[in-house]
Amino acid sequence: MTKIFIYPTTSLILSDMVARFGHTPIGSALAIRERIQTAGIDSPPLQMTPEDAKKGLRWAAVEVPSGVRGRMSLYGPQLEEAEAAIIITDAEFAFGCMGCARTNELLVYLIKKKKIPILELRYPADEVEGNEFVAAIRDFLRDLGEEHD
Amino acid sequence: MTEQKVRIAQLSCGPEYSGVQKEINDAAAAVDAEIFFPDLTLRDIKRNFHDYGIDVRSADLKLAIARAVALVEGDVEADAVFIATCFRCAEAAIVRNELRHYIHENSPLPVVSYSFTERTTSGTLLTRMEALTTIARRRALLARERQTGITMGIDSGSATTKAVIMQDNEIIGTGWVPTTEVLQSAQEVRDHALQEAGLLMKDIEAIGATGYGRFLVGEEFGADLIQEELTVNSKGAVFLADCQKGPSTVIDIGGMDNKAISVQDGIPGTFTMGGICAGASGRFLEMTAKRLGVDITELGPLAMRGMGSDVPMNSYCIVFGTQSLVNALAQGHSKENVAAAACHSVAEQVYEQQLQEVDIKDPVIMVGGTSLIAGLVRAMGDLLQTDIVVPRYSQYIGSVGSALLSSGFIRKEQ
Repeated sequence: MTKIFIYPTTSLILSDMVARFGHTPIGSALAIRERIQTAGIDSPPLQMTPEDAKKGLRWAAVEVPSGVRGRMSLYGPQLEEAEAAIIITDAEFAFGCMGCARTNELLVYLIKKKKIPILELRYPADEVEGNEFVAAIRDFLRDLGEEHD
Repeated sequence: MTEQKVRIAQLSCGPEYSGVQKEINDAAAAVDAEIFFPDLTLRDIKRNFHDYGIDVRSADLKLAIARAVALVEGDVEADAVFIATCFRCAEAAIVRNELRHYIHENSPLPVVSYSFTERTTSGTLLTRMEALTTIARRRALLARERQTGITMGIDSGSATTKAVIMQDNEIIGTGWVPTTEVLQSAQEVRDHALQEAGLLMKDIEAIGATGYGRFLVGEEFGADLIQEELTVNSKGAVFLADCQKGPSTVIDIGGMDNKAISVQDGIPGTFTMGGICAGASGRFLEMTAKRLGVDITELGPLAMRGMGSDVPMNSYCIVFGTQSLVNALAQGHSKENVAAAACHSVAEQVYEQQLQEVDIKDPVIMVGGTSLIAGLVRAMGDLLQTDIVVPRYSQYIGSVGSALLSSGFIRKEQ
């Protein structure tokens, strides 16, 4: 079982596919659930505080906007434990949507810099591409499983 | 009967991840308003974003654009709009500015925008939220064009405290002192204004309070109206400049912060408040006067006799500005030229940092104590390529606006 970082991190479809092949998806649902379930913080809607933007300094410098640093405080620790990654570019909103393009640029760069197995695909435009898209993800996940076996 | 909450639509990118969404909510709650996020279908988001025509990459900005279109087209109902994006994000800055213009030009909704950092607090946002809710809630009061009865306005500012007494649309008494202890300063100006008007407190039919100390002063004096300075100053400015109808722009370079307000029929449409550093405020001019060994009242005439273009000065930061000041004098520049350069520098900072964010429409009215510094007014006029209007009593702007608006609270039986 491999810890797979998914991008877009909010994609429930991608998260589900990873889990179906027996791997552990790492995405924002996990990070945000942890925060929302943490008692003692009163900072809705995500239970993030100004301290999180400061924690994000580990991945982005102080001149980087606070929203980028706050997001990196969620994704940065997840990325550090990731053993593989699936990156879907130009995804539809409904597939998974991340709010800040600057965070996305930084995040994709940091994933690639990590030198882990990566599958990078463009979001499919039609049914034929859709079938190839699912097959590519399936093969990647299966191969990862075999490597671990 | 309790008043309905003012519903403020939030268009934003990043506040929840910066940990400041609670601060925004708290600032709204403090003025009995509530923040909400307009709900749209995925189809409407795509269509509105496409129709608007600015191709940004960030999905949260796309959503903000789609929500703005829905507000303008009336698909979503709101009383006011708050636009917030991260400080230092260029993409967001473009969208923030464009959306503010778009909403201002295409709807009657009051709108304010803000670029936050993780350090933004509800206190910082309070005056902006208060102004938004006032415009939404008190349009009838803000439409008042004549002062009636006998009313007093007190402006408890960060640098000076002012009072004005008005009777039947005329100013009959004034008071002005540098702010020291807030209540004591307010009492001093009140007593002075009463003495000048030849009246007693029992003659005053309504009181309005504004400025940083408005809550304390308003409570102590039993004020009928306690109001932030953005709406009050707009009202006072168009009243004194006699341009209550149509568009105008109000610039108030204060002791601690600056206000630039785009006004329509005496009601603020868009406004900015703040300034990066005291180098862009009246405080820098006070320092300049002190360094030149002249009273602040002499700085304006001194600057009018000088040419600032030969003196390098940049007061983006008050520390660097002061260094420029010292260097200029050490290089043998005349006091007149240095005074002119200081005025130009402050005007330039306000122009670059704030006036880009409001629609400048003639007449441009400068108010507040700094409007009496002729060199500053000239420098601002040069930058804006227009003749600036400085009405009589411009230094009492907040007090005049408060006295005018508070006359709406005089009970008929009185």
